[in-house]
Amino acid sequence: MSALISISHLTKTYKRDKQEITVLKDVSIDIEQGDFVALMGPSGSGKTTLLNIIAGIDRPTQGEVIIAGTNIGVLSETELSKWRSRHIGFIFQFYNLIPVLTAFENVELPLMLTPLSKSERRRQVELALSVVGLADRMDHYPRQLSGGQEQRVAIARAIASDPDIFIADEPTGDLDRVSAEEILTLLNRLNKEFGKTIVMVTHDPSAANRARIIHHLDKGDLIPQGQS
Amino acid sequence: MSMTKLIVKNAFRHTLRVLLTIVGISVAVVAFGMLRTVVTAWNSGVAASSPNRLIVRQAVSFIFPLPYSYKEKIAAIPGVSAVSWLNWFGGTYIDKDQFFARQGCDPETLLSLYPEYTLTSKEISAFKTDRSACIVGIETAKRYGLKIGDIMNMEGDIYPGSWQFTVSGIYIPRSKTDDATQMFFHWEYLNERMKQDDLTRADQVGYYVVKINDPSRSAEISQKIDQLFKNSAAETKTETEGQFQQGFVSSSGAIISAINIMSYLIIGIILLVLCNTMIMTSRERTREYAVLKSLGFTGGHLFAFIAGEALTISMLGAGIGIALLIPIVQGFESFLPRGWFPVFIIETSTYVLAGSSALIVGVIAAIIPLYRALTMKIVDGLRFTG
Repeated sequence: MSALISISHLTKTYKRDKQEITVLKDVSIDIEQGDFVALMGPSGSGKTTLLNIIAGIDRPTQGEVIIAGTNIGVLSETELSKWRSRHIGFIFQFYNLIPVLTAFENVELPLMLTPLSKSERRRQVELALSVVGLADRMDHYPRQLSGGQEQRVAIARAIASDPDIFIADEPTGDLDRVSAEEILTLLNRLNKEFGKTIVMVTHDPSAANRARIIHHLDKGDLIPQGQS
Repeated sequence: MSMTKLIVKNAFRHTLRVLLTIVGISVAVVAFGMLRTVVTAWNSGVAASSPNRLIVRQAVSFIFPLPYSYKEKIAAIPGVSAVSWLNWFGGTYIDKDQFFARQGCDPETLLSLYPEYTLTSKEISAFKTDRSACIVGIETAKRYGLKIGDIMNMEGDIYPGSWQFTVSGIYIPRSKTDDATQMFFHWEYLNERMKQDDLTRADQVGYYVVKINDPSRSAEISQKIDQLFKNSAAETKTETEGQFQQGFVSSSGAIISAINIMSYLIIGIILLVLCNTMIMTSRERTREYAVLKSLGFTGGHLFAFIAGEALTISMLGAGIGIALLIPIVQGFESFLPRGWFPVFIIETSTYVLAGSSALIVGVIAAIIPLYRALTMKIVDGLRFTG
């Protein structure tokens, strides 16, 4: 069976002024359906760039990124937008909720891109919020929630459209220990109970230990497992 | 949640800022509407002109009279279907601040040349039979509480002495743009008095109003009339009623042009106010736009959000401005000397211009924020810290 995410010979370079900076060097990695992968490494190692490329919000300079059979590097911007809305759920470090929208409305956002009816959307949002334990806070605005609750709303937003892959960029980076544990437990549930594939970037070893596989990057190189 | 709800929620995110922007747009729309109304009031005489009426006046200046004897000669010119005449009277009614046009006329022909002034047959008959009778426009009648049978006492200046006129009719114009403030009385009444008081001023009229059947022949007929009186003691200048009215307006042309320019500058101010708000807004929301893009929202969605927000603000401002314009114009008119502008109304075109300008301004104000949002890379937007 082929991997859900298959990255081969991925190189990413940025141009800053006249200087060319290589952020990822010939990275190849396969991630299976249902894996929970943590990407670790020091700042500037290229882990967030790799995550962004897998999420389809950045493009490779060289190499192939095939996800669920689609080479996302060749998709146009509009195709990529549609692809993201179907396949990717985002969980950001700073939650990135829309402050003028309630928890319910924030979770409903990605569903606005689907052909679901209003009542179907409502059911889906309520389900997502109950999964993250915030069914009783759906009318609260982000400012009325704690950091941990905000992140749980963000996770509800990510799961509402039922994507295959969750992309989590330092999901516990802005949280206290207790809230961080809650979020990691939630991610574990999504992975184990719902079979979702999770790719997470973290600096925190205890967060990374929740993942089944840990990949280390250093200066754009993927370090073979067992050598980190 | 609908897109509209999201747009409205976003538009009112910074309540004070958006309210100040809306107030700014409203004030600008009121100012724009006021200036346009003044310009249209100034041009109302031109707008109300009929293409089949020619005005024959003294070639040297409008203030010099023409002989009454010209009437028959003008009427004999082919293409002329009727001839009437008017004579500016001036005078003081109540006091010098009470201004409205008062003119001597020929009651037999006046109303056939000016069918836009409507009277009942009883009023017309009374006007024609009583030599001291006059008719007044509905606005003037309302202003002074005049009723049929009332006596209007006037003190003459161009034609000295005390004058008395009996109101025999109150005319109602067919259109809002027609002058409803004038007063017409018998030229014959004036002429008889001149025959007694100052014979040199008798049998003279201010200007002729000539009705032609075919407006396309106006230039040719005008030329024929002027040719007829060439090298006479009172040469004529004949022009269409529109050109004649334009002659009055063009003496104030520079002022009108300045007002016109100002009214369009105001549109520019609205644009700057809204652009400023939208650029600040979009800058603050850089990260949110990146999040929306990452969730799968496309350029079309961002266009709807940003343009929708700009249009919500601009159209709200325009709506409030237009709603305020009506009472403000009425208030402004009440401060003007009475009769300053015989027609002072907000034309439909002013509403349309204000509304469409706000619409265009809304779209233009969205261009820069939209360009930024569309060209922004998601990864850069997510890193944006303001």
